[in-house]
Amino acid sequence: MAKKKTETEKATAPKSKEPVKKIEEVAPVEETDTPKQRYNTLVIQEMGAKYKTLFTEKYKNRTKWQKPDLREIYSVIPGTVIKIFVEEGQKVKEGEVMMILEAMKMKNKIIFPIDGVVKKIHVKEDQRIPKGHLMIELK
Amino acid sequence: MSLKRKILELQKKREKVLQGGGEKAIEKQVAMGKMTARERIITLLDENSFHEYDLFVEHEARDFDMDKKILHGDGVIIGTGTIYGAPICIYAQDFTVAGGSLGLMHARKITKIMDHAMKMRVPIIGINDSGGARIQEGVNSLAGYGEIFYRNTTASGVIPQISVILGPCAGGAVYSPALTDFVFVVDKISKMFITGPEVIKTVLGEEISMEDLGGARVHSEKTGNAHFYAESEIECFDQIKKLITYIPWNNGQKAMPFEPKEPKIDQYKIDEIVPGNPKEPYDVRDVVRALTDDSDFFEIMELWAANIVIGFGRIDGQTVGFVCNQPLVLAGVLDVDSSDKAARFIRYCDAFQIPIVTLVDLPGYLPGVDQEHAGVIRHGAKVLYAYSEATVPKVTVILRKAYGGGYIAMNSRHLNADFVFAWPGAEIAVMGPEGAANIIFRKEIMSADDPEKMRKQKVKEYKEKFANPYVAAAKGYVDSVIEPEETRKLLRHAIEVSKNKVDRKPIKKHGIPPF
Repeated sequence: MAKKKTETEKATAPKSKEPVKKIEEVAPVEETDTPKQRYNTLVIQEMGAKYKTLFTEKYKNRTKWQKPDLREIYSVIPGTVIKIFVEEGQKVKEGEVMMILEAMKMKNKIIFPIDGVVKKIHVKEDQRIPKGHLMIELK
Repeated sequence: MSLKRKILELQKKREKVLQGGGEKAIEKQVAMGKMTARERIITLLDENSFHEYDLFVEHEARDFDMDKKILHGDGVIIGTGTIYGAPICIYAQDFTVAGGSLGLMHARKITKIMDHAMKMRVPIIGINDSGGARIQEGVNSLAGYGEIFYRNTTASGVIPQISVILGPCAGGAVYSPALTDFVFVVDKISKMFITGPEVIKTVLGEEISMEDLGGARVHSEKTGNAHFYAESEIECFDQIKKLITYIPWNNGQKAMPFEPKEPKIDQYKIDEIVPGNPKEPYDVRDVVRALTDDSDFFEIMELWAANIVIGFGRIDGQTVGFVCNQPLVLAGVLDVDSSDKAARFIRYCDAFQIPIVTLVDLPGYLPGVDQEHAGVIRHGAKVLYAYSEATVPKVTVILRKAYGGGYIAMNSRHLNADFVFAWPGAEIAVMGPEGAANIIFRKEIMSADDPEKMRKQKVKEYKEKFANPYVAAAKGYVDSVIEPEETRKLLRHAIEVSKNKVDRKPIKKHGIPPF
């Protein structure tokens, strides 16, 4: 899990989504006449040539980019939730302090990126959370 | 006391220090599958060539009862010796003495031998096997690290610096290897990381073993921190010895020439390796072997970013650096990692007077959100910078595809290559015929009764007209279209006539490369 995690973060930063989704191969894997070796197909240009080649692990494991949803607020750093200032159903404004997250020996103020209404709080005070953890959902 | 007795006393003293951390610690070291620091040095260097200095250095720590402890040689061995007759400065951290931890005197010994290597202009090899900073010595050990890094940076590009990771190398300590030219790792023995599994577990709640976090394979395949991977320490030492034969002792000299040898042409038939169809893969290393003396190719970073191949070979006994696209992996595209890998190697060759031969066969840059967001612009620019900046003889052979930005980046005439040769099957164009025809003839294709048929026809037309080396040759961008069999002869000639190359760049303190 931990291994996968680092790759996810790298590829989908800043807001990494929880599930790691692998991209389906660009084109179906073709078998070639070369014996014993299975090649993948790589396309560089639109309607371009299909190159028979081998894929690297990194290429195979790359993650599909997804548009980040600002209403889902993820942790950008691992740490401990010290205090939560809002309740579910509460109206909040952009720039308002949401919680204090202690990370790297610092008490970090986490602020709301947009206006909204708190739909669900997924964390509790004193809870330790990893990076990319869903903390609060807005309506 | 007679001199004889004094000699006896010296012998006794020496014997004591040579025990390192004592029998128990040595047993532990052996149980971990590791050689002791002295064994390592002796195995690596020429027989009886090693001479040790600072044997009687003692640490200066007075706090935490450290003054009561005796640490032989303060946990590091320094000295000089030879590898195949080449003079070498070397240090090896001794894990049996206080876990090879780095204190003030330990660092002083290392910096002393580094300074010596710089004065004598000889390569320095550092064998890392240390638990990290000696916490009892506080800021003094940090000072030690900093002084090592400073020297690493100063010596960079002046003398070859080789780091061998034969044990843990954690925290700040990892930056010395990272600053050096080549990093060697051994499976199950080498461990490198900034923060260890313990910290990661407490801070992030992620559980990972040392091996999975920063083992030899991880650094050879994933991070690109290591240049050479070996299964055992012996294999690792053989790799180091081999490397030493390829590189000069310092930037003011050329690598020692070898007896010229012909390639093994029955095994590597140069005109049969590259398939005519540009979509078919092949191993570019076979082309290199068909060109080098004795078909010998010493590959660097074999496992990381395998879509580009870098390494040393010899032509006419002279060391040559090869940079080649590898159609076998990811069609040989340039991407973030392969650009980084190639650029650093080009700069290494340039710093140490090693001519660069570039073998080109690539369809372009790798498309993808991950690539763009990982900064392929910035990383890709490193290749352009490195080639443009290099003043050593630069020879390019376009084997097959050379499309778009990839063509420019791979040491094209436009980046001031000295010689550009192309094989008759070379396709030098803005992009592949399929993609190009699709854009240029979009209207015709769309309005045709049978678009697919029209597309195919237009692709064929484009291919015949533009996918060849002659359009570029007509402009003088390619010096000569050559038969594959002529390649070695021409490379030899190109390097021979470039011996007195002078390429003066404007005076500047230094450039601002995109790193």
